[in-house]
Amino acid sequence: MSAGIEENVLELQGVVMTFGGLMALSNLNFKVRRGMIKAIIGPNGAGKTTLFNVITGSFPPTQGTVTFNGRPIQHLKAHKIADRGISRTFQTVELFGNMTVLENVMLGCYTRIRTSFMASGFVLSQARRKEKQIRENALKILKFIGLAHKFKDLADSLPLGEQKLLEIGRALASEPELICLDEPAAGLNETETHVASSLIKAINAKGITVLLVEHDMKVVMNISDEILVLNYGRKIAEGPPEDIRNSPRVIEAYLGAEA
Amino acid sequence: MLRIAKLPIAVFALFILVFPWTARRIPAIEHYPDIMVFAGIYCLITIGLSLLMGYAGQISIGHAAFFGIGAYISGILTTNYGMNPWACMLIGMAVTAVVAALVGTPSLKLKGHYLAMATLAFGIIIFIIFNEETQWTGGPDGMSGIPGLSLFGFEFDSVERYYYLVWGVVIAAFIFTVNVIQSGTGRALRAIHASESAAGAMGVDVARFKILVFVYSAVLASLAGSFYAHYLNFINPATFDLFFSIKLLIMIALGGMHNIWGAIVGTGLITFLSNEWLQYFEEFEVIVYGAILLFVTVILPEGLAGVPGIVKGWFRR
Ligand SMILES: Nc1ncnc2c1ncn2[C@@H]1O[C@H](COP(=O)(O)OP(=O)(O)OP(=O)(O)O)[C@@H](O)[C@H]1O
Ligand SMILES: [Mg+2]
Repeated sequence: MSAGIEENVLELQGVVMTFGGLMALSNLNFKVRRGMIKAIIGPNGAGKTTLFNVITGSFPPTQGTVTFNGRPIQHLKAHKIADRGISRTFQTVELFGNMTVLENVMLGCYTRIRTSFMASGFVLSQARRKEKQIRENALKILKFIGLAHKFKDLADSLPLGEQKLLEIGRALASEPELICLDEPAAGLNETETHVASSLIKAINAKGITVLLVEHDMKVVMNISDEILVLNYGRKIAEGPPEDIRNSPRVIEAYLGAEA
Repeated sequence: MLRIAKLPIAVFALFILVFPWTARRIPAIEHYPDIMVFAGIYCLITIGLSLLMGYAGQISIGHAAFFGIGAYISGILTTNYGMNPWACMLIGMAVTAVVAALVGTPSLKLKGHYLAMATLAFGIIIFIIFNEETQWTGGPDGMSGIPGLSLFGFEFDSVERYYYLVWGVVIAAFIFTVNVIQSGTGRALRAIHASESAAGAMGVDVARFKILVFVYSAVLASLAGSFYAHYLNFINPATFDLFFSIKLLIMIALGGMHNIWGAIVGTGLITFLSNEWLQYFEEFEVIVYGAILLFVTVILPEGLAGVPGIVKGWFRR
């Protein structure tokens, strides 16, 4: 696949992540096909967030490789991985609380349009042009996620549901090929959950591959093309939703039944 | 949007322009332009520190050292080697940039306030060097005979001339910094302050930015040091001790950390307090600073720059 377009956007091989004596991910292998929505589910502490942290470069895996578009990325820092085209949201909202809704999304554009320190200080005309471009892009994204009317509000002042949407918007602003959403529906009511899951589908329809960690099974079953189930850092099942729903191993893991 | 209005900057520049002219006519404040020169020199430091601390959220307790490095490089190179003062100024800034990068890089790559510890230690070491390297620095007695500044035959030999030189540079640095704050770079800095992990996930090279701002603030401090040396024509280590680093922090805290104007307001006030209004407190001066810091932290966490917001809040109710 030297033509540049890989069938699999992301591929993990033998990924291990240990914290002290705790093995949070053990020998994980899987692939994510371009354009799909792939859900990662599993009980609390299964290693889902850790997996996202490894993919997005919060910390390097103890072992194994992460390949994005055919190139290894497991040794890269988070900002380099963002530049390559992977973006994310956080399980516990990590917005820039003291910045406005618009500024949060504008910061998301940082991967694509940036000005140097000197150019910023002297406000060269190109810096001004870029700033205008960033603002326009950000406003477009705010319209897309339905928060355009709140662009002036401080991110901290939004209700949780909108904060979660804003985090998705910020991630979208970086124009990712792959977006990792960590529990986008957690803490949302039914309507908000519905909004969030339509948004995820709309994002996917733009051609962006989605990795989704979510506890809300209705959301997961409705929108994912494929599901990967983690338990104690191991993959215990992988396949289309209908297979997962009926897998005895998965049911067992969730119910905590003994073998 | 984080917009810093242009009008107050223009008003402020106008004030700076007419101040000496007014002060000259009022005997009680005749000597204020001299104090204003010092205030301007300190403002150069606190403008950079404000960007570093208030916007990027990093703490430095060693900026007196960078101030001193600039002063001593200017002092030593001009008096011992007869070099051009402006060239010495640039050399001082370049050396400071390298030193700041060396001091800052290891600690700024880590999360948390390691920079505070590193700069504290660094400040103490540099202070010792100023005292001990007698053949270069003159030791505790300091060094004198540092020449004044002139440009194309124009001598900055009066208080007023030096005042306009320093404040011209301050306003340029202020505008440059304001532009940075309002740009994508400033946004990235504030993002780092709010959440390093989210900033990183959005493509911001967190470590590089922290180092960049730290170096920028150190270079401004070095420039201030050169101006200080050429104004007083004399320097000694006591000026660049730990207490001065702390005083810089008090200036910023009093003015308001999260607002670049805070640097100007706080620095102006503290400079006048220590050079003029607190003269009779003598060694009790320190207690006054302690009280100010306590007062600001408890009552006015946003500093004096936060007062307009509070007043506006009253009217809205
Ligand atoms: N930075 C860390 N340092 C030490 N241990 C960690 C760290 N991050 C995660 N862990 C541990 O790794 C295991 C997996 O945690 P992780 O957060 O990935 O689970 P999760 O599947 O996201 O759970 P949840 O559904 O509750 O979000 C847990 O036992 C957790 O305590
Ligand atoms: Mg999690």
